Amino acid sequence: MTSNDFLFGVIPYVVGVLAIIVTILRWRMRQFTVSSLSSQLLESRKLYWGSIPFHWGLSIILTLHFIALIIPQAFELWNGAPLRLYLLEITGLALGLWALFGICVLIWRRYSDQRVMTVTTKSDLLVLGVVLVQIITGVWIAIGYRWGSYWGTAVFVPYVRSLFYFQPNPDLVAALPWVLKTHVLSFFAFLAVFPFTRLVHIITLPLQYFARPWQKVVANRTPSTPDFEPNTTGGSRAPVVVGADDSRV
Amino acid sequence: MRVRAQMSMLFHLDKCIGCHTCSVACKNLWTDREGAEYMWWNNVETRPGTGYPVGWEDQDHYKGGWKRDKKGKLKLTLHSKGGGVAKAFYNPSLPELEDYYDPFTFKYGDLFTGPAQEQQATAIPISKITGQPVEISSGPNWDDDLGGSDTYAKNDVSMQGVTQEVRAQMEELERVVMNYLPRICNHCLNPACVGACPSGAIYKRAEDGVVLVNEDKCRGWRQCVSACPYKKVYYNWTTGKSEKCILCFPRMETGQAPACAHSCVGRIRYMGVLLYDADKIEEMASSPEDELLQAQMDMILDPNDPQVIAAAKASGIDDGWMDSARRSPVYRFVKDWGLALPLHPEYRTGAMMFYIPPLSPIVSTIEEGLVRLDLPSERRDFELLDELDKARMPVQYLANLFSIGDQEPIRHILKKMLSVRSYKRRQSVDNAATGQVDQATIDMLADAGLDEQMAEDIYRLTTLPTIEDRFVFPPYHREVAIEELNDPLSAKGSTGFGYLASPKRGA
Ligand code: SF4
Ligand code: SF4
Repeated sequence: MTSNDFLFGVIPYVVGVLAIIVTILRWRMRQFTVSSLSSQLLESRKLYWGSIPFHWGLSIILTLHFIALIIPQAFELWNGAPLRLYLLEITGLALGLWALFGICVLIWRRYSDQRVMTVTTKSDLLVLGVVLVQIITGVWIAIGYRWGSYWGTAVFVPYVRSLFYFQPNPDLVAALPWVLKTHVLSFFAFLAVFPFTRLVHIITLPLQYFARPWQKVVANRTPSTPDFEPNTTGGSRAPVVVGADDSRV
Repeated sequence: MRVRAQMSMLFHLDKCIGCHTCSVACKNLWTDREGAEYMWWNNVETRPGTGYPVGWEDQDHYKGGWKRDKKGKLKLTLHSKGGGVAKAFYNPSLPELEDYYDPFTFKYGDLFTGPAQEQQATAIPISKITGQPVEISSGPNWDDDLGGSDTYAKNDVSMQGVTQEVRAQMEELERVVMNYLPRICNHCLNPACVGACPSGAIYKRAEDGVVLVNEDKCRGWRQCVSACPYKKVYYNWTTGKSEKCILCFPRMETGQAPACAHSCVGRIRYMGVLLYDADKIEEMASSPEDELLQAQMDMILDPNDPQVIAAAKASGIDDGWMDSARRSPVYRFVKDWGLALPLHPEYRTGAMMFYIPPLSPIVSTIEEGLVRLDLPSERRDFELLDELDKARMPVQYLANLFSIGDQEPIRHILKKMLSVRSYKRRQSVDNAATGQVDQATIDMLADAGLDEQMAEDIYRLTTLPTIEDRFVFPPYHREVAIEELNDPLSAKGSTGFGYLASPKRGA
């Protein structure tokens, strides 16, 4: 097995399995530890300049990546006209630079503010390091290997598909320049640290908020009326039963 | 009618001596740990003043509570649901640590380990967060007893509508006035903290109305901190979870008063059950501003009314709770006697802690070196009934705190309290021999909406209550509740039902 086979044929499965299993275990057994761990209370000004570009820049770019990998046709269609290709490329680059600016501010903030430094753990620094490598290589690719949204689908889609069909074909990426490889590998690193660090808060994006009424009332006892649903959770260790939500204000 | 019970606390502000014992009892029990040092689930502030956190009533700034939109619909002041999710990365309305204070301690070790020197060693203040030396410049009761009133009392948000003349008067040393305002979470009927939590981690308990954060579900989005207009949800900076007053529910479940109430030196706090109609919450919270206070007071049901009793039974409230509701001292003050109001009902959260507004001395002027009460000399027996405007604490100010700026309810209450005072004075001082009062006094009571029996009861529950009179707790039957959810025997030999892992900061 060549090192390329190992890095692009074995590692993705290792980190993938790790990410899924550990996340599930952590969610079920240590849910208390899952938090965004915001430090806005301790420092707010610099956070404004760091957090917003960082989070929005990255979320949009990440979503675009997923769309490109899952429905590459969408990108091919969009890029049919050169003008739209330019537009997409410029947008991508701008978002990348925005996120890069954001993460730089966040790193500076961690080191320049005494209070934020106090709550900084090694794992926070690890996360920042991994994401920094990803953003830098991403921006590098956008500048140095232009039209990624065009050639990217052709190069990466077959590789990612091969992984998903459990017929890994690392040869597909063997000849890529090292910057591109680093970009991919840093994503694997991202997946590897994901379940162990604060990154896990990504899966808690509270979309259920849209579905629930404003108020929430919980009953500890099963009242004798249909006012609250009876406890059906069986052996649950949860101390409460979620009853009917009410006051749909 | 869906009847639900609420554990409610009543604060008799006339009796608060501002000793902060309540705050310290709470701190020792719940928030004396890393990440929570700056939190005061119970705090006592001097009013006029800006309180803790500074200026918490300024909702233009903090965006707490609910508002009624043009169509009469209720909306969170803070955000729409989409906005709540989008602002998770940065919440522009979040108070900063400076709005509370940088929690500090002193380097006591230096007193023992410092080098030998001419002068006595001193313990310098250090931040409890960073451990570095800090310049202490604020604290949870920095403006205690009107300290620094040039900055604090002057910027009291609730002073709006108090005339310049009265304000100027309050700045004169001879006319200065203050009272204490102890505050805990109001365990609201329509809590804004619950509404604002994107993760759905905060909830209201059905059986006693206590509002709690499920910290396993909290993800640290901090929207509750902004949305609570009373600023009674706090973000723990080390665990990354929100925390708030839990009304000492583990104590109440075992029949004990919450730590703040139990330790209250002035014995100003009363606790008991109130019943309310859960079907009316939305209607109440979205009533127009001039009907809001009344709508909230009307939410509270009479536990002696046969209709209510039947509805309560149908809603699964057990007889022990009903019995407790009938003996509730809070019900007596709030409904029977109409002496208490919620704090800032205009926030539309349906606050369920009630306050009896304080009486204050009469404005006096200095005349040739003598303090003269500003009342006609023939009426020096504190019969302020028609002279409430002479009370030092401006009625308008109290109205801004407790009745959405409407002076009427406040006047009504102050009148009642004054007439009880006069009545007792005449009975036990002027006519001590017979203990009788004249018709004029009885008329005065009637004028204020009271009779002799009521006046006597108010007097007794105000000044002479035993601990059983002040705190009436219902039987919680927690053991039944636990058995429904867990098999207690399966936990035999383990260390309890609490945290499976200690509540430490996650990575
Ligand atoms: S006072 Fe308590 S229940 Fe009401 S909104 Fe604030 S935290 Fe929530
Ligand atoms: S312990 Fe009682 S009297 Fe003392 S400050 Fe607190 S509420 Fe007021």
